[in-house]
Amino acid sequence: MRENPVADLHVTPLNALHRELGAKMVPFAGYEMPVQYPMGVMKEHLHCRERAGLFDVSHMGQVILRAPGGYQQAAAALESLVPVDLLGLGEMRQRYGFFTDDAGGLLDDLMLANRGDHMLIVVNAACKTEDIAHMRAGLPSVEVEEVTDRALLALQGPAAEAVLEALVPGVAALRFMDVAIFETPFDALWVSRSGYTGEDGFEISVSDDQAEPLARALLAHEDVAPIGLGARDSLRLEAGLCLYGHDIDTTTSPVEASLGWAIQKVRRTGGARAGGFPGAARILDELQHGAPRARVGLRPEGRAPMREGTALFATPEGGDPVGHVTSGAFGPTIEAPMSMGYVPRDLSAPGTTLYGEVRGKRLAVAVAPLPFTPARFKR
Amino acid sequence: MKFTEEHEWLRVEDDLVVVGITEHAAEQLGDVVFVELPEVGTQVAKDDEIVVIESVKAASDILAPLDGEIVEVNEALVDAPGKVNEDPMGDAWFFKIKATDLSQMDDYMDEDAYKDLVG
Repeated sequence: MRENPVADLHVTPLNALHRELGAKMVPFAGYEMPVQYPMGVMKEHLHCRERAGLFDVSHMGQVILRAPGGYQQAAAALESLVPVDLLGLGEMRQRYGFFTDDAGGLLDDLMLANRGDHMLIVVNAACKTEDIAHMRAGLPSVEVEEVTDRALLALQGPAAEAVLEALVPGVAALRFMDVAIFETPFDALWVSRSGYTGEDGFEISVSDDQAEPLARALLAHEDVAPIGLGARDSLRLEAGLCLYGHDIDTTTSPVEASLGWAIQKVRRTGGARAGGFPGAARILDELQHGAPRARVGLRPEGRAPMREGTALFATPEGGDPVGHVTSGAFGPTIEAPMSMGYVPRDLSAPGTTLYGEVRGKRLAVAVAPLPFTPARFKR
Repeated sequence: MKFTEEHEWLRVEDDLVVVGITEHAAEQLGDVVFVELPEVGTQVAKDDEIVVIESVKAASDILAPLDGEIVEVNEALVDAPGKVNEDPMGDAWFFKIKATDLSQMDDYMDEDAYKDLVG
């Protein structure tokens, strides 16, 4: 990645294109990234749900893990840091997971792919240096190589399949969480049928040199609009997906974060490879007996958004906070405010009324199922 | 029409002052998703925070530009906050105030001075 000496921020290979498209650029996780284009956050969000949106996610870390014994050895080793079934992940399949710490907290969440003779992982921009150091220290038998010459694009929305298939014949055959490599006029593309909007779509790793030509070819389609970080955030929140550093961090366990579904049976108590990851004692216990609190969806009854940090109370007056909001915004698709946050387990059932304190007033908010908008993955 | 450094516009209409936010302010805020208005009849002092606006980005306040009484509010904004982005200088006025002392208006900028301020 190139450096921008003025602001001391990294830039992605699409930086010039973002500016040409009129993006408002902001610092994000050490990168200068587009927060919105002239269309604006609300219309960008709706466009992605109705047609297709193109996102630059090149700030995220792409890392290849290799071992002398191929994928199986790399997977077996990484299971010591990640509490998911990696040995059982099929060839050219991808899965969601996370790094845990000794206290059972979350160090980062990530995507992991079995690419035949090696593993490809994608980690959050803000965590990638620590993640790589963590793997190098913890996995002596594994070669950990950061991919530094590839950009990452996401094409999301109901039109994504038709748009990408026209440029990259064969992608339509992929199912949700399949991965594949396509030789194309844009060099080799590493494609996965996945994303972080709740829509069907693809994530596409492309060489730095071909990133802008590929982005231009995608944007040439009338269904495709560029989408900034602002709409990316409201899309992922409607989809009920966590943002690391906000909804999850080292103070939250996977079970508290309602991410227990990502820990397969084989890694749980009674499974063939139970435990053996940092924080296993706490996490396995919480999987069996429940955690004291849970991440839940929250739907404010009024129109006022309840943003990150809003204190939650069990009663309209008095008492101490029982929890707090970790993400909150207006949902353009649901046309209502929405939040996620942590609440005690006995107050976590959908329909439970709580009160969020906004500008000194306690406003009613209902615990709600996640996602707020139905997922539209091509399973 | 007069303008404040807080990016409000003030327009005298008979013996009332109509208050809204400028095009520049609406653009900077981004899509407005929530508006909370004061109650009609509220006595306000200059610089009181009397309106809450939330956009997709953040929450902000509108300050009372003058001492006086709120005599009318634009209820349509509560159900359709997006009007603030569509027509900030027209339909999307926020409130009408009966000023105690209209000479407070003299402290504010004219249109040319405001244009210089926002470049």
